[in-house]
Amino acid sequence: MKRQKWERDLTSHRRFSRVEPYLYVLPFALGILAFTLYPVVNVVFMSFKENYSHLTRGFTEWGVGNYELVLNDKKFVQAIGNTLNYVLLVVPISTSIAIVVAYLLNQKLRFSALFQTAYFLPMVTSVTAVGLAWRLMYNEKFGIINYLLSWFGIDPIGWLSKAQYSMAALVIFGVWNILPFTIILLLSGLQNIDPQHYVAARVDGAKSLRIFFRITVPLLLPTIFLVLIINTISSFKVFSELYPLFKGLPGPLYNLYTVVYYIRYAMVESRKYGIAAAAAIVLFLFIFAFTMVQLFVQRKWVNRR
Amino acid sequence: MKRIGRKNVARFFVYFALAAGAVVMVFPFFWMFSSAFKTSTEINKFPPQWLPGSLSLANFKIAFEKAPFARYFLNSVVVMASSVAVTAFTTILGAFAFSRLKFPGRDMLFSLLLSMMMIPFEMLVITNYSTIVDIGLWDKLPALILPFTSSIFYMYILRNFFQSVPDSLYYSARVDGAGNWRYLWKIMVPMARPSLVTIVLLNALASWNSFLWPMYVISSTDNRTLPWGLQVFTTEAGFNPELLMAASTVVVLPMIALFLFARKSIVRGVARGGLKG
Repeated sequence: MKRQKWERDLTSHRRFSRVEPYLYVLPFALGILAFTLYPVVNVVFMSFKENYSHLTRGFTEWGVGNYELVLNDKKFVQAIGNTLNYVLLVVPISTSIAIVVAYLLNQKLRFSALFQTAYFLPMVTSVTAVGLAWRLMYNEKFGIINYLLSWFGIDPIGWLSKAQYSMAALVIFGVWNILPFTIILLLSGLQNIDPQHYVAARVDGAKSLRIFFRITVPLLLPTIFLVLIINTISSFKVFSELYPLFKGLPGPLYNLYTVVYYIRYAMVESRKYGIAAAAAIVLFLFIFAFTMVQLFVQRKWVNRR
Repeated sequence: MKRIGRKNVARFFVYFALAAGAVVMVFPFFWMFSSAFKTSTEINKFPPQWLPGSLSLANFKIAFEKAPFARYFLNSVVVMASSVAVTAFTTILGAFAFSRLKFPGRDMLFSLLLSMMMIPFEMLVITNYSTIVDIGLWDKLPALILPFTSSIFYMYILRNFFQSVPDSLYYSARVDGAGNWRYLWKIMVPMARPSLVTIVLLNALASWNSFLWPMYVISSTDNRTLPWGLQVFTTEAGFNPELLMAASTVVVLPMIALFLFARKSIVRGVARGGLKG
């Protein structure tokens, strides 16, 4: 009798231990299932539902109509153009500045805690709140930026009011905003470089600048590519940088439409979810293509070495 | 002698360049704080006045009267605290299962999760918005917490730490009669404190600064969080930049304090690719 009870306990325990792992995963899996996996699948389907109504959830037929509408929409083409423009400016500029800053911060310095605090501050603060401070600084009449430029004899610039300067204003703010994150990644990349490389170069009598370009940069390349990829992805989603600068509008003359703005307007204003879904998919395809190209180039470079 | 001289010049250049850059990075904050104390005549002066004439809190008082910033602040705190607590719970359990427990399909599931890490949230917004409306949470605070309870990135960080814990610890705990649950909470979690602190900090920052999502799902004044309430205030305040800067200071200051307090943990977490992208 006793032995049977012992056996029963063991099997029930075994049965529990088979279920147990799933109980641990359950809360996490539910969140992913409901708010990541299902939405991804759903947005793909939704993008092929023509004339989708968000009220009835009905649609007329399956097809690529939403994509046709989106790609033929001047506003969307403009949004893609602006977004690409922003990405192609912000990513290279921020990465090059960050390489230099990270290199300097990586020297054995006094006050390095102070420097780090200063350089990393924009990372922890709300983009939309600091954006308002930038808006004040950019002000054409009273702004501090135009005042500082006047020291050099530059006439007041309508940073936020003239269409031709608005992209520059956005890019400067965008670079400033993304710098901390970029510097941190590159700094940790630099710290992972084996100091032996430098010792060997010094012994060979190489100059600092030569060491920087022949040793530091090549050894940092994997990190640089990682940074490029992450920053490209986040720059494609530009929205929160734009919002505070122009009082919620995409540029002074709606000239800085970006893809995320387009998605938002399609959803909230015209209530065309199918259009929004198709635009989101196109955005994803762009991000995906850019990432793949970067990975491909990276592999080529690594092979050549 | 000559060598030392040149080295000093180089040093000086490094410090000078870094200091100049640091000024550019900090300047917008200086300008925000300085403007927050200016009177409306001081702020409209040209050439601009560098510092306010007096450190009066009048602008803060007016801003808090014109818009319910106290309420926004409370909402932000509530959302941040609940989000951090719930996410930490699901992350700890998930990371434990994916590192210590064995079950069929575990590794396949984990790679599937990793591949989902690059999906931009903007792609999920459309469906998540509908989901929130369907379950009746639209314009309610839980709408700001629920979609973010499971973060693959945080789980990945914690799993990596859990995996570095030697197996022998687990088996000796089992021999002493501790089940998985006890082992996780009594041994693993206390050991993982540095990783957990990083996760909690990153999560707190993300929650506090979140803007896009609250803008979609929150409409009534009572339920706005700070960043969203602040943007609405830009139209409410009229052309009163000094009030706007006072309000922005309230949004920004808590996170600056947090950063000064826990810089190393935050930087360590960000260095692993978190926060942006």
